[in-house]
Amino acid sequence: MRVKDYSSPMNRHLPLVAALFAAALAVWWPLPGHAEEGKVPTDGVDFARDVRPLLAANCFHCHGPDEQEGGLRLDGREAFFTGGVSGPAVEQGASASSHLIARLRSDDEDQRMPPDADPLSAEQVALVARWIDEGAIWPEGVGDRDVAGAEHWAYRRPQPPERPAVRQTSWPRNEIDTFVLARLEREGLEPSPSAEPATLLRRLYLDLIGLPPSVAEVEAFIADPSPAAFEATVDRLLASPRFGEKWARSWLDLARYADSNGYQADQLREMWAYRDWVIAALNDDMPYDQFTIEQIAGDLLPEATLEQRIATGFHRTPTCNIEAGVDPEENRTNQVVDRVNTTATVWLGTTLDCARCHTHKYDPFTQREYYQLFAYFNHTPLEVKQAEARSVQFDFFGPKMELPLTPEKRRKRAKIEAELAEPRAQLKEAEARALESLADWEAALTAGQVQPSKELPADKIKQLQQVLAKPREEQTAYERSRLEDYFLATWEETRELRATIGRLEAELARHAADTTLVMIEMPEPRETHVFKRGEFLQPGDKVTAGVPDVLHALPEDAEPTRLGLARWLIDPANPLAARVRVNHFWTEIFGRGLVATGGDFGTQGSPPSHPELLDWLALTFMDDGWSTKRTIKRLVMSATYQQSSRMTRKLAERDPENELLARGPRFRLPAETIRDAGLAVSGLLSTKMGGPPVYPPQPPKLWRQTGRGEPVYDESQGEDRFRRGVYVVWRRVAPYPSFVNFDAPDRTRCVVNRPRTNTPMQALTLLNDEAYIEMARALAARLLAFEGPLSDAARIDRAFQMCLARQPSVAERSVLEELLAEERDRLAKDAADVTALTHEAALPEGVERPADAAEWAAWLCVANALLNLDETISKE
Amino acid sequence: MNPTPEQVLALNRRSMLKSSSMGIAGAALASLVAGEVRAARPGSFAPSSPAPSSPTVAKPGDLRPRAKNVIFLHMVGGPSQIDLFEHKPLLNERDGQKMPDELWKGLRLAFVRDQPNLFGSPFEFARHGESGIELSRLLPYLAEVVDELTFVKSMHTEQFNHAPAQLMFHTGFGQFGRPSLGSWISYGLGSENENLPSFVVMNTGTIAGAGNSMWGSGFLPTAHQGVEFRTDGDPVLYLSNPQGIDPSRRRRILDSINRLNQERLADVGDPEIATRISQYELAFRMQTAVPELMDFSDEPAYIHKLYGTSPGNTSFANNCLLARRLVERGVRFIQLNDQGWDTHGDVQGGLPPKCRQTDRPIAALIKDLKVRGLLDETLVVFGAEFGRTPMAQGDRGPRSGRDHHKDAYTIWMAGGGVKRGFVYGKTDELGFHIVENPMHVNDFHATLLHLLGIDHEQLTYRYQGRDFRLTDVAGKVARGLFA
Repeated sequence: MRVKDYSSPMNRHLPLVAALFAAALAVWWPLPGHAEEGKVPTDGVDFARDVRPLLAANCFHCHGPDEQEGGLRLDGREAFFTGGVSGPAVEQGASASSHLIARLRSDDEDQRMPPDADPLSAEQVALVARWIDEGAIWPEGVGDRDVAGAEHWAYRRPQPPERPAVRQTSWPRNEIDTFVLARLEREGLEPSPSAEPATLLRRLYLDLIGLPPSVAEVEAFIADPSPAAFEATVDRLLASPRFGEKWARSWLDLARYADSNGYQADQLREMWAYRDWVIAALNDDMPYDQFTIEQIAGDLLPEATLEQRIATGFHRTPTCNIEAGVDPEENRTNQVVDRVNTTATVWLGTTLDCARCHTHKYDPFTQREYYQLFAYFNHTPLEVKQAEARSVQFDFFGPKMELPLTPEKRRKRAKIEAELAEPRAQLKEAEARALESLADWEAALTAGQVQPSKELPADKIKQLQQVLAKPREEQTAYERSRLEDYFLATWEETRELRATIGRLEAELARHAADTTLVMIEMPEPRETHVFKRGEFLQPGDKVTAGVPDVLHALPEDAEPTRLGLARWLIDPANPLAARVRVNHFWTEIFGRGLVATGGDFGTQGSPPSHPELLDWLALTFMDDGWSTKRTIKRLVMSATYQQSSRMTRKLAERDPENELLARGPRFRLPAETIRDAGLAVSGLLSTKMGGPPVYPPQPPKLWRQTGRGEPVYDESQGEDRFRRGVYVVWRRVAPYPSFVNFDAPDRTRCVVNRPRTNTPMQALTLLNDEAYIEMARALAARLLAFEGPLSDAARIDRAFQMCLARQPSVAERSVLEELLAEERDRLAKDAADVTALTHEAALPEGVERPADAAEWAAWLCVANALLNLDETISKE
Repeated sequence: MNPTPEQVLALNRRSMLKSSSMGIAGAALASLVAGEVRAARPGSFAPSSPAPSSPTVAKPGDLRPRAKNVIFLHMVGGPSQIDLFEHKPLLNERDGQKMPDELWKGLRLAFVRDQPNLFGSPFEFARHGESGIELSRLLPYLAEVVDELTFVKSMHTEQFNHAPAQLMFHTGFGQFGRPSLGSWISYGLGSENENLPSFVVMNTGTIAGAGNSMWGSGFLPTAHQGVEFRTDGDPVLYLSNPQGIDPSRRRRILDSINRLNQERLADVGDPEIATRISQYELAFRMQTAVPELMDFSDEPAYIHKLYGTSPGNTSFANNCLLARRLVERGVRFIQLNDQGWDTHGDVQGGLPPKCRQTDRPIAALIKDLKVRGLLDETLVVFGAEFGRTPMAQGDRGPRSGRDHHKDAYTIWMAGGGVKRGFVYGKTDELGFHIVENPMHVNDFHATLLHLLGIDHEQLTYRYQGRDFRLTDVAGKVARGLFA
């Protein structure tokens, strides 16, 4: 099994060669773990490597940036040697007389450090002692936050890089290539030749719109594969509505967009309008600065439009627990934390969460700064509310906004309202008339002459009899009104009118306006405090809204609101936002970021493989009006992108991860794209856009969580079964299972890069999932529907073209011919299997049910094989 | 020159032979092999430097693998320790009195809003076995194996709502996003069966509130997530061939797929294709191995009698027997979740039926593992996300319920390196607070990993710039309960 997860350098310890071994290890799935190596230095003790991590893990909590017990601070050089109230902690060269060692070694529980925790092992203490004996050398700059922070490349503004000189001047098509080629020439590598036109076209389609090209589109491009034709195709695909659907996927991973709350019961929430907003914004190529501002603070813009309010759904996606007995404030705090962390990940490429509990150990962010950012998000209302006072039942109650009625709904509502007018008027009169008989009815009730009914069950009769047994003046107003109500519910005329009205009102409710979750500010802002150790029940110092010191300053007149924050995030002076975003684009296309740890540009992240290229792209992105489409176009127009993705032995050895970009990208498609592409080649794909989520077929009994109000998986019918993956309902505790098998996240958290695994569950999904069998059946019917007497070989060629945009080799064709012949032969004798495979079928428009079912079933086997090929689910 | 498919597959075969004899040492070996691969330089297909140490390699001190498999029984909702394991005479004596003010002050409970009454257990307790450990009369079968168990009566957690507490219990953190215990262990130790996943989950009743995250892999590679085995419908999602495709037809289609994938591998040279080929073979083997495992009609009658199982049913008892079969096949971590222990309403009415469903098969599992010599290397854990209050919820005398209690509750462990017939930790006379050897969920995780030979501080995964651990920044190993 191969794991490709570029979220951190540690995870990159399975290079290409590892894949071979990993696959070879019959120990399937999980590879053994790789905890960090236990380091026993044989040479001198290295402070940064050996000692400081021990201090950080065991001491900084109380003797670090946030707390200095006994006046002692151990995380910085100067403070360390100054010591605390008991004097210096160490005596250089003499561990035996150093306080630090005495306290670490003490047998007295009250004396020994760290308190209330496991003591350091004898080896660990010996290591610290040896460091002291060797002179307690603390090298310049180690652990010194000012130096580490300000000097780190990511916190300095990108500078226009010089164009490097290259020898092979004919290769570059644009600036990207110059940077890439310069590096390759330095490394002594050659770029790969251009990809074959068909391969390139399929790659381009999958990258820009997430769907494969049609056979006609491939043929047209093969006829004219000129750079001009390529560029025209790029422009056409960028303008396609399918573009936004494809590129929304990775943004929605960042936005942790889902259709449910998470936690117990995991009830559904309505916020698909936000998903549609993202798709539309990408299709409109909304500039990234505007895209940012509207999502962070659209509601605070002057005269905010409906769309700008919908956009704020970005931060209404955090999970929310509404199980009985929850603490609404704890929920809210968790949500604000999620908003701060996600904002930092998406716009600053920074892992800020560490600073929630203590000052960041590696990056220059203090705990106080964390809560200054927290203050920007701290003024939204609670989202969970007790159903009634003192009740233990809670409801989701976050601010939501009604969307305008669709024309169809408006029509329906008007019609129902009109139908309601008459019975409503009649009811008033009928009630007045009926109440004249109330006394008689009461007498009958007392006499036991009223029969129980649906409207008035026996136990209610008993209760009413008890009321009537009391003297009239002792009957309360409430009891009187109940009597009247039950009487009117049973009296024939009023009962019928009430039923009519009830039915119509229910229908009206079904045509109510859709809603979506939005951000709003409370009229009275909250105070923000630092939470000691991140605990919301332990508020510390008060703080006000502000931004981290190490980054660009807020303008003088910046407002202390989310709008002020949004403008600061997207300020051209921000060294990170543009770099992080172009790195997202790069990752989506090349499979690996220029910064491989796309969620962490900090000191623990991986350094950029092509720093000048990253800066050039970031600056160009900003200079070019933050245009997503033009940036993506720049990437795909490069010669770097258009290289063949073949892996030669030399490249496999030199650069298995393709960090140097001496070949084109080849990797498995994301979960949704695999399904979308399958639906496209089988002709089933619906291109209907937007609206409430859809429920394609999934195995039964997957939605069976505990809790009140658990939703039901109501399988879609008709074209909704075949819409793109971006519209499939995303329920956090049980996401769509075939997507999960292909590494889709549960969307409970912001995810920058999905892992890319290769497992037997994926094989089982593509082989057996009813959804993929349905595709194979439709694809087979499509193949049989081609006109004219076609040979098997010709049909196989067509099938290959549809799935892979290329002709099969002779060997490939014969594999499928053999399979076809064999299955045709066997199925001719097995009517039961034929019926099982073909008895029900969704067929593409214009495709007839094939007359020869056995023939159809045989082709289904061929189609099943084709939809399972590694190449089919990969971009080459 | 690209590696030919033959070369790649030859490599596969060689290593498969190497790994087929792996036992528990195999995990360490596997890790060494991976370590070699990690250290291999571009430029050679052969490992080039010695392997770094791994968390599973023996370390000085007491860190050695005492157990190799875990069966983790999660009684979803929180069974009442007061009515099962914690005999509190003083509580019985003061039954019906208001709980003491000093305990009530500042207390946050999930459901109870007014100062509640103390609620003694309506069930009698008796001592059992040589250890003389007390159990309530609801657990007659467990009483027979009580001398095999270590009870931890001092568990505590931080969350008092189900879903967050379930996440805490399985991932060490009360919110979504972290890997579960089983996935950490899968990541750390790998699998010993080439045809089955290393982490298997089975559920009876509805699925707990925390949902799939209870066996999710968080930021670990998704291959480590638990795979749900089901006794109703397809035993593993998408395992069965569709109607009309029998195993031989599936084999022929698969052969075509593999041949075409090999053609492609020869052309484009991406080793990912070689991996894909081997994963399709594994999938095919699973199609036989899993149904064979799930079909226990070959078990003798005395086994069915012991567990109270009947083939074809969906029951907790059946899952217990399946857990034993999984352990026999080398599955590393087996998690059985059983819904229905959230007795807010009527402990006296609600608890006995749950015990009748679970007591016998759990005791049978312990006995069966012991007879087969598997108990020594298998750690069985019985626990939940939290316990229940010694106070009543509702005012219905002996028919009252109990609210969630996070500050003190009981779990037990058996086999795999823990003491036999032992009680660890202690609560006060009302069963409200811990007075001895508290065990936080992080401590429990640290201890459990330690029993598997893993140093909980060394099993880390770098994600978003930080080395994450199951135990976060806490966790003390409770050496006192090691045999």
